[in-house]
Amino acid sequence: MDFSSINPALLIASLMVSATPILLAAIGEAVVEKSGVLNLGVEGMMIVGAVVGFIVAVNTDTPLLGFVCAAIISGIFSIIFGMLTQYLKSNQVATGLGLTLVGLGLSALLGRPYEGMKSPTLKALEIPFFSDIPVLGKMLFSHDLMIYFSIFLVTSVWWFLKYTHAGMVLRAVGENHDAAHALGYKVVRVRMLAIMFGGATSGLGGAYISLARVPQWTEGMTAGAGWIALAIVVFASWRPWRVLFGAYIFGGVTVLQLNLQAAGASIPVEYLSMSPYLITIVVLVIISSRGNQGAPASLGRPFHASS
Amino acid sequence: MYIKSVIAGAIASLGVAAAALAADVKVGFVYVGPVGDYGWTYEHDQGRLAVEEHFGDRVETVYQELVPEGADSERVMTQMALQGADLIFTTSFGYMEPTINVAKKFPDVKFEHATGYMRADNVSTYSARFYEGRAIQGHIAGKMTKTNKVGYIGSFPIPEVVRGINSAFIHARKVNPDVEFNIVWIYTWFDPAKEADAATALIEQGCDVVLQHTDSTAPQAAAEKAGGVITFGQASDMAMFKPMPRVSSIIDDWAPYYIARTQAVLDGTWTSTDTWDGIGPGMVGIGEITSAVPADVKAEALAMKDAIASGDYHPFTGPINKQDGSVWLAAGETADDGTLLGMNFYVEGIKGDVPQ
Repeated sequence: MDFSSINPALLIASLMVSATPILLAAIGEAVVEKSGVLNLGVEGMMIVGAVVGFIVAVNTDTPLLGFVCAAIISGIFSIIFGMLTQYLKSNQVATGLGLTLVGLGLSALLGRPYEGMKSPTLKALEIPFFSDIPVLGKMLFSHDLMIYFSIFLVTSVWWFLKYTHAGMVLRAVGENHDAAHALGYKVVRVRMLAIMFGGATSGLGGAYISLARVPQWTEGMTAGAGWIALAIVVFASWRPWRVLFGAYIFGGVTVLQLNLQAAGASIPVEYLSMSPYLITIVVLVIISSRGNQGAPASLGRPFHASS
Repeated sequence: MYIKSVIAGAIASLGVAAAALAADVKVGFVYVGPVGDYGWTYEHDQGRLAVEEHFGDRVETVYQELVPEGADSERVMTQMALQGADLIFTTSFGYMEPTINVAKKFPDVKFEHATGYMRADNVSTYSARFYEGRAIQGHIAGKMTKTNKVGYIGSFPIPEVVRGINSAFIHARKVNPDVEFNIVWIYTWFDPAKEADAATALIEQGCDVVLQHTDSTAPQAAAEKAGGVITFGQASDMAMFKPMPRVSSIIDDWAPYYIARTQAVLDGTWTSTDTWDGIGPGMVGIGEITSAVPADVKAEALAMKDAIASGDYHPFTGPINKQDGSVWLAAGETADDGTLLGMNFYVEGIKGDVPQ
């Protein structure tokens, strides 16, 4: 076995790239769930973001604009879910699943003319001085904008939930919507905003797959990343930094197992391949065995202003 | 107004009914990936479209894409059979047992399973000798690699894939004794993100040739992004990545087979058969070898293609040893189809084990 062919700097760099789509989707979903809404449509919103981002980037030759449009359109797309669940009181689980199915179908339809086309990719930022540091520069300071943005987003969400009044209102709505309503907070409005935020970041995550990680459009290309993002939110017990940690662990194990295989590790590859999922399950078991999982108390419950 | 739309609706539905009656045979296709993968499933769907074009109104086709292997595929096949399909093509290895199970329940429906080995009175199998194309890829890879490291993205460790690895490796080693294969198994046929990650991992470890046995064009995109890496189109031409990184390709041409089998059902002459065709009969095509390949290498590759097509050369011609050094084929001996179909071992020189 020869591991000298694995370059740690490149490994960490690849790990961050592979973790970013699920990180973006998961941080948005964490906010949605913190407000008490379970949106299982992450996969659908991601793939809509992936196709919209790709279409815009190809037509304008500006990947950044692709990301912006992906966020906007996925945000709008998530309003469908918001309208149905918040105003028409439909079942959140069923509606979320429906959103995924609609997203997969819609993206396939929109993306058909773009299959097999190449997109302009996001250029890595050259940060003066930092990018030139040996090892560390390659590892941490030569990424594209979206990777830094995803970390910035995690920081912002953490700060928002912890230190701002609006963040507190959002958490209150998620913990006990009746009490929040009695206090005069607009439960439905808060949740709609959270849902749109979740849609927008999922869209960014999807666009990151089609514009940076792969980069191309293929029908069904998110291939379950949205479901992993959902699992990571639970894995992180709804805390922003743990979402980052969870996403990087998942991305890390995925990339590491591919690298170990490429380096000819004699560990049976089945174990390596299942390891990300196995670790997720183990962590979920540990978390739930501790009892308090930190789930928002009103998660997934429908809200009627009358009750 | 109301009456009008009712009448219009009635006429429309009559039209639909008439169209349904007009088709003599209904053919179903079960796909593992999306029809737009520009790889494996795309080519099967091209075959389906060719059937439609060839027979016109006499044949109606239906398809279902992104069908997971296993129990879910059984449901899809059952559905198709219940909806009146007369002939169903199931186009992935993992549909083998589901196909057999469903075929038992519908003895009057004909099934055709791609790349498998289980047959029944109403189940045929068909596949293409992709390893013939792999030999040509191996030759080009061995000639063109500068780092002497060739990456190979495997889907599942089934004979089909192992055969391809062996064929490519034998021909790469023949022209370049220093070449090494780095093989990565990703346990999926279609997951662009994972395929791209696998390609990136291989490239980062110094591979400057990446062969794939997965269905999407993601590894091509990853190679293009990395630069200086060559790849080969898999199952389909993947021409949008010409001339670099894609320097050639294996193209599966299912159309003639699908047309012939549909014709057999129309004529009532369909019987359970086992088809395994290669470059010669045209089931395996070699896509354009681009200008990125030196002229002499290209000429050698084309010569090999012709020799394989005419039957003068078999890619598995001895002397070939198994990985443990034991003799598999003596000098001049060629592999029999039985061994090839069940191939679960690497040939001498490949590092690592076939996951069992």
